[in-house]
Amino acid sequence: MPVSPMFNPGDLICFLPEIILTAMGTFIMVLDPLLNRRESKVYGTLSLATLAAAIVAAVYAYSQPGPAFGGMLIVDGFATFFRVLVLGVGILTILPSFSFLRRQQAETSEFHALLLFSIAGQCIMAAANDLIIIFIGLEISSIASYILAGYLRDDKRANEAALKYFLLGSFATGFFLYGVALIYGETGSINLSVVRAVVAGPDAPLPVMVGLAASLMFVGLAFKVSASPFQIWAPDVYQGAPTPVTAFLSAGPKAAAFAIFLRIFMTAFAPIGEAWAPLVWASALLSMTIGNFAALLQTNVKRMLAYSSIAHAGYVMVALASRSEIGTAAAMFYLAAYALMNVGAFAVVSHLSGKGEQYQSIEDFAGLAQKQPLTAAMLSIFLLSLIGVPLTGGFFGKFYIFKAALESHLVWLTVLGLLNSAVAAYYYLRLLVMMYFRDPGDAVSAAEPLTPALSAALILPAIGTLFLGIFPGWVLDFAGRSSSLVK
Amino acid sequence: MNLLLLVLALPAAGFLIALALPRSSPASSRYWALALSLATFVGSLALLGWFDRSLAGDQFTVNLPWIASPEIRFHIAADGVSLWLVLLSTFLTPICVLISWNHIQSRVKEFYAFLLLLEFGLVGVFLAQDLFLFYVFWEVSLVPMYFLIGIWGHERRIYAAVKFFLYTMAGSVLMLAAIIYLYNRAGTFSYAAILDQLASGRLLFTPFEQMLLFLAFFVAFAIKVPLFPLHTWLPDAHVEAPTAGSVMLASVMLKMGTFGILHYALPLFPSAARRCAPWIAVLAIIGIIYGALVAMVQPNMKKLVAYSSVSHLGFVVLGIFSFTQLGLDGAVYQMLNHGITTGALFALVGLMYERRHSLAIEDYGGVATAAPWLSTAFLIATLASIGLPLLNNFVGEFLVLQGAALANFTWAAWASLGVILAACYMLWMYQRVFYGELTEKVRSHMPDLNLREWAVVIPLIAMMVWMGVYSKSFLDPVGKTTARVLEQTQVNVPYRVDLRMPARTEVSRAR
Repeated sequence: MPVSPMFNPGDLICFLPEIILTAMGTFIMVLDPLLNRRESKVYGTLSLATLAAAIVAAVYAYSQPGPAFGGMLIVDGFATFFRVLVLGVGILTILPSFSFLRRQQAETSEFHALLLFSIAGQCIMAAANDLIIIFIGLEISSIASYILAGYLRDDKRANEAALKYFLLGSFATGFFLYGVALIYGETGSINLSVVRAVVAGPDAPLPVMVGLAASLMFVGLAFKVSASPFQIWAPDVYQGAPTPVTAFLSAGPKAAAFAIFLRIFMTAFAPIGEAWAPLVWASALLSMTIGNFAALLQTNVKRMLAYSSIAHAGYVMVALASRSEIGTAAAMFYLAAYALMNVGAFAVVSHLSGKGEQYQSIEDFAGLAQKQPLTAAMLSIFLLSLIGVPLTGGFFGKFYIFKAALESHLVWLTVLGLLNSAVAAYYYLRLLVMMYFRDPGDAVSAAEPLTPALSAALILPAIGTLFLGIFPGWVLDFAGRSSSLVK
Repeated sequence: MNLLLLVLALPAAGFLIALALPRSSPASSRYWALALSLATFVGSLALLGWFDRSLAGDQFTVNLPWIASPEIRFHIAADGVSLWLVLLSTFLTPICVLISWNHIQSRVKEFYAFLLLLEFGLVGVFLAQDLFLFYVFWEVSLVPMYFLIGIWGHERRIYAAVKFFLYTMAGSVLMLAAIIYLYNRAGTFSYAAILDQLASGRLLFTPFEQMLLFLAFFVAFAIKVPLFPLHTWLPDAHVEAPTAGSVMLASVMLKMGTFGILHYALPLFPSAARRCAPWIAVLAIIGIIYGALVAMVQPNMKKLVAYSSVSHLGFVVLGIFSFTQLGLDGAVYQMLNHGITTGALFALVGLMYERRHSLAIEDYGGVATAAPWLSTAFLIATLASIGLPLLNNFVGEFLVLQGAALANFTWAAWASLGVILAACYMLWMYQRVFYGELTEKVRSHMPDLNLREWAVVIPLIAMMVWMGVYSKSFLDPVGKTTARVLEQTQVNVPYRVDLRMPARTEVSRAR
């Protein structure tokens, strides 16, 4: 594809979601001193409207699919899928944050502005077709998330989380950038399609150098998706960050990072797939095993879900390891299902956490089913989906991933992965046990009744999870059609 | 509307409506569950009426598209074996509703909702004709049972519920891997299409592949049966479950395993199954004797009945792996018998627990004086369980032993030890509980059967007698289907040969 620096005004439509997000994010920050009201309702509602508008814009942009800005961006089904996904995660993050922020007396506009900026970065990542644009998107998303992780600035754990996330995240980005530089040096281009053509072509650069570049990018991206062995930061950050932010981190940035992971490795580095496949294979197995076995030992729910999130990253890595379009589609489906069930589960955690997030232990869920049957029922759906019980999205996600893996003859990875998911059942069941089989404790007795926003934050993902579990065809068909990526 | 779809849809609809019933009125949940489970039972009786006994194949087929790619169809049908297992499930569900009437006092609405969901899952497992659908039902039935044990069980219920869930889950993920593998090779989840491809030789497995696939399926089923040494979840789950849970678990859920072996593991992987048969038969015999010996030393009535299940299910597995018509017929019949007899025993033990609030044998004594009718019912169930002629278990055990003797006389000789031991532990328990000195505690706590309890006991006992006296009415359709299974395992034997040899299509077509 020829790279032309020509600017075409029509291309702006392809960039509309990001424009809306950035403009509204800035507007919210400006509005704050003018309004002079410590009330997140206004900002929250504005953000919700912004995100909804951005979804419309993302879908509208897809009406003219194709590259934009001289091939730096590309609006294809894949990009649209992930844009809508991260925007949806944004909505599901804001809904439970109303009551959470009120409880922590931290209702400021920055929270919402930063969230919008971070999502804007993720939308760029989803649509980027150029290593520098990918890097810019990654940075926009990451810097905003570093601040969000430390948003409760009086909280020691949140500070620790933000610092850790920032330091290690910067390192990872450095690795990634190093890889980009190497690729540019070797191929003379940063456009993924061009890089692919050069790597596969007759004048291919030294395999060692391309391999080195791919490994460096792998390190950076594996960090962002919290895949082993670069997952060490995740438990501390997830535990320390404010719960709605944790929910966001575990779904939005992760999905976007997987989007670029898939795009880079399935296009630019697809020709050297044989070389990186063992790397992904090992990382997938390590992530699943470390995530699941470490989660078995946790007593803090957020920490447990953090390890579970590492394990789920491992499942998506299995899809990547299968190196096929079916695998890409399976990863897309899985990330959608995972976002719904995980954000939903965190919404319950944030609902129950109480003032100062004092209730985070698994014990604190005791008797939830007796006090708030609806909340418990919704969390059960999310947990069953995380376990992978049929008729939930999580089950079909796993099913498609392991089907793709078997088609690529990854028999051992499949067997070990499925056994892993049986191990995982244990720690999710512990929460179910608490909710249904125990009598109510302090946390549950102190829990506020569900607000309408919170109910929506629980019911919407629950419906989504069941929908993906009963009619997976709709989403999977779209993912399947979009998985071929522009090469 | 298709009758089979109705039988499957009624419990599902019942579950959803039960969720919507008011929490404040437990009676509404009870009556709703009773009405709905009775309606489902009547529906399945109609199924029996319309069932064409002269056919071995699937009947009442419903085949609807569900997911387009990969193609997964909502394909259900009944054959001579699954028909009876569906009837067993729908027959026992109203009985479970009745025995829980007073026993379950907390979260009544959820209890009956889960019971109906369980019925839905169980019926679905027996009817599914699409491997994927089968797996879905298999897992779906796990969830309500987990909650039934965990919420309404006894002291160690949480341990038992989690153990039950994890054991089954660990087995079934391997089965899922095997199912996906089968799909990737055959290009379809349709069970009939896969069998067809196997029969015509279009789908060939190397012996090694076949063995691994067989084991993946078999382990999942063996955990559910449960086959020694995978049985350790069962005593915990049974003892801790509420009465209705124990009944459904023992009577129907364990049959998911034996049904799976018969319906899937054998026809799909016949030569691997035959090669493993001696080993599995030995495990089954160990289970028969071990279960009986352990049952003998149990101080707890429920645990005793639970271990007797391990022993009885050993007969079923032995019958299946005798690869004889008699053995297979006996195995299926024993599946039904065990469902009725052990269901009755668990129900009666549950009734006694409601009265005396103890499961320990030593807390009883002289019950026969205090509650003569209850004791009589228990005696009949006991005699059925030990295989007294004219009661149901006798027929099944006899057929199984006959089939086993045809295959290998030593097997039959060892297995018959289990029959003798059954008489020892059951009668000894009966003696200690129902005879002897009547203590004041038992007298004051042991009223005889009331009307609701009679309604539980009478159908069960009637079935024991009927199945013992006139087994022909049950065995006819069973025989047709088991003969087909045997034929499938015969026809496919050539797959043991090298991959490059031409498949013997003619032989397989000529049935």
